Amino acid sequence: MTRPTPETLAHTARRARAATEPAADAARTPATPAVPAVRTPAPAQVSGAGSLVRSLEALGVDVVFGIPGGAILPAYDPLYDSSVRHILVRHEQGAGHAATGYAQATGKVGVCMATSGPGATNLVTPIADAYMDSVAMVAITGQVARPSIGTDAFQEADIQGITLPITKHNFLVQSPEEIPQVLAEAFHLASSGRPGPVLVDIPKDVLQASTTFTWPPTLDLPGYRPTLHPHGKQIREAARLMAAARRPVLYVGGGVLKAGATDGLRRLAEETGIPVVTTLMALGAFPDSHPQHLGMPGMHGTVAAVYGLQKADLIVALGARFDDRVTGKLDSFAPDATVVHADIDPAEIGKNRHADVPIVGDARHVIDELIAAVTAERSAGHSTDLGDWWTQLDDLRNRYPLGYDEPADGTLSPQYVIKRLGEIVGPDGIFVAGVGQHQMWASQFISYEKPHTWLNSGGLGTMGYAVPAAMGAKVGRPDTVVWAVDGDGCFQMTNQELATCALEGIPVKIAVINNGNLGMVRQWQTLFYNERYSNTDLGTHKHRIPDFVKLAEALGCVGLRCENADDVDKTIAAAMEINDAPVVIDFVVGKDAMVWPMVAAGTSNDEIMFARGVRPAFDEDDI
Amino acid sequence: MTMHTLSVLVENKPGVLARVSGLFSRRGFNIDSLAVGETENPDVSRITIVVNAESSPLEQVTKQLNKLVNVLKIVELDPQVSVARELLLVKVRADRSARTQVLETVNLFRARVVDVAPDTLTIEATGTPDKLDALLRDLEPFGIKEMVQSGLVAIGRGSRSITAGPSLRAA
Repeated sequence: MTRPTPETLAHTARRARAATEPAADAARTPATPAVPAVRTPAPAQVSGAGSLVRSLEALGVDVVFGIPGGAILPAYDPLYDSSVRHILVRHEQGAGHAATGYAQATGKVGVCMATSGPGATNLVTPIADAYMDSVAMVAITGQVARPSIGTDAFQEADIQGITLPITKHNFLVQSPEEIPQVLAEAFHLASSGRPGPVLVDIPKDVLQASTTFTWPPTLDLPGYRPTLHPHGKQIREAARLMAAARRPVLYVGGGVLKAGATDGLRRLAEETGIPVVTTLMALGAFPDSHPQHLGMPGMHGTVAAVYGLQKADLIVALGARFDDRVTGKLDSFAPDATVVHADIDPAEIGKNRHADVPIVGDARHVIDELIAAVTAERSAGHSTDLGDWWTQLDDLRNRYPLGYDEPADGTLSPQYVIKRLGEIVGPDGIFVAGVGQHQMWASQFISYEKPHTWLNSGGLGTMGYAVPAAMGAKVGRPDTVVWAVDGDGCFQMTNQELATCALEGIPVKIAVINNGNLGMVRQWQTLFYNERYSNTDLGTHKHRIPDFVKLAEALGCVGLRCENADDVDKTIAAAMEINDAPVVIDFVVGKDAMVWPMVAAGTSNDEIMFARGVRPAFDEDDI
Repeated sequence: MTMHTLSVLVENKPGVLARVSGLFSRRGFNIDSLAVGETENPDVSRITIVVNAESSPLEQVTKQLNKLVNVLKIVELDPQVSVARELLLVKVRADRSARTQVLETVNLFRARVVDVAPDTLTIEATGTPDKLDALLRDLEPFGIKEMVQSGLVAIGRGSRSITAGPSLRAA
């Protein structure tokens, strides 16, 4: 069997721009959206499974993450001879997150495949994750044969019904003739408009039946017409407000990355001088080092970013959704702000916070048109001096920078490890985080200068995301260094995919920030449950079970351990030298470090704590 | 809270009703009444949904509905300029002594008797929900043995019509 090596897959990643391009055409001619075809094969007599694999080839898919099983088995036969690389994962959840990591790193559609029943239900978590973070993913599942559907057949699960609320759309294929069209529609839906996961469920007898494969198919999606171009009147109104505001903030969300609008964002920010905050999903959309960047807003955001939004008189939200982790208690969020809310999804506008100027459109078009409108305002002599606003914000940045205290017990500081990792790897590496304290520290103490260098599970908060997502990212961008920053809790949920990485030649690097505990839960127990540490000690410190170095070695990786600050740099350097195998570093860190600043859940952003018991002093007279 | 009547044009495909009704419950709305049927175009079904909600959350649910790929169009029907009807079938106790009185009520409401048994009459009535409520109130004293009601269907007054739009007509 021949299979492409990771090297042959090396390519310059096409960014999200490419994925949204066909959608622009679709909006103009809704009756016949363009099929995102990259190859035009000749018609052929094939099985449904053959039609599926040829469709994937025609759609330009270069990799599928999956596991075969009874109902999907027919598809694996033509896949054996296909140019599509199949990566055999160890758990379907790994396939799903790998598809997400691949999509987030490359801007292309990530594809995962599983069999019916348990194979399909194991995809539920990554599908929900992709739905919350608007990731372009296509999940292909086998289903029991059509006559068996609804009979509680072996390995039957109504995965279409199960995934109704967590997919952008899903299909149960009824006949082999539909396969090319359904696949083309699935890819179009997943990657255009607001991206999201699309599931295609294919009964086994449909895969086995013979059919004629023809390409390209015609898409028939009369109810799907994403609005990409914003309304000119709304843009002009937004520009007028931006020119008149005295305390404006650009509130940037993941939509800006997905639209490939980061260059435009920088021009808009620099043209207007307006401060920028980037959400957890948008890190890298605007350089962290840029002087206009206030940092990340929200529960663990910087004081300057939280205050900036809170005291703003104008918030310009671009591809962001006023998530509860950003707004804190909604009633008291940014009470004096006029809101311009631009999003490709009309349902996001006004969902949580009333929008004074709603703008429906793709962030790239919105930003480009805003630049033109803002420039026109300025040439008409309309602009305000933001000097006072910047004085206040700079003062906060100076007084309340991100920082941490060295642990009093002499243990290794997790923040130091993560900070050094960011500095040694540099701005070209991709960082993939799990969920919890390590994720927040990785968002705070690594500087993200470029788009698509930070991947994480933002909306769903899926522990176990990091290892498989890093695997997917590395497959998509094999020439880029990919580091997972994971916690010891997260790592134990999905580390089996390191075996996949070792066997498939996917040299990811994993920094396990091992504090022996479910750290974020423990932090809440410290702060809100009288230090009653119910079920958060994982024993990874006390008993060294598992021993992550031995575990890494057993999974075919290089295992390293680092327990004190002096060894951090050289351990990271040693890992950076290894490019022929995955590496796991067990960073044994103190268990008492906490994530600060913090806005406690359900409280107002005004109640932000800079550190335990320390409230920032805001000079109310300045506001 | 106010009653709103939504006309939702959807592709006539399997599972679409589940997508629509599931979205209502998921977003915390109770459907007061629901009726589905084919339209003048066999590829298009029309779902009439009556929902009790404030206008701002209703706008949110409408936007979410619009995101469903199989939903073609949503129109809220203003009761002032639309005609709305429900269908009621009710089996009323009506022995010899009560039968004349029951029939009198049936005539008053311009309802029809569709089945007769020695001690019951089955009545069919259409009308606005208010009219049917009034009919039921008048029949109540005789003894209602069984009843079934359709969801509300509604259509706008005047010559303008709600269609699925040019893209589907062309197909």
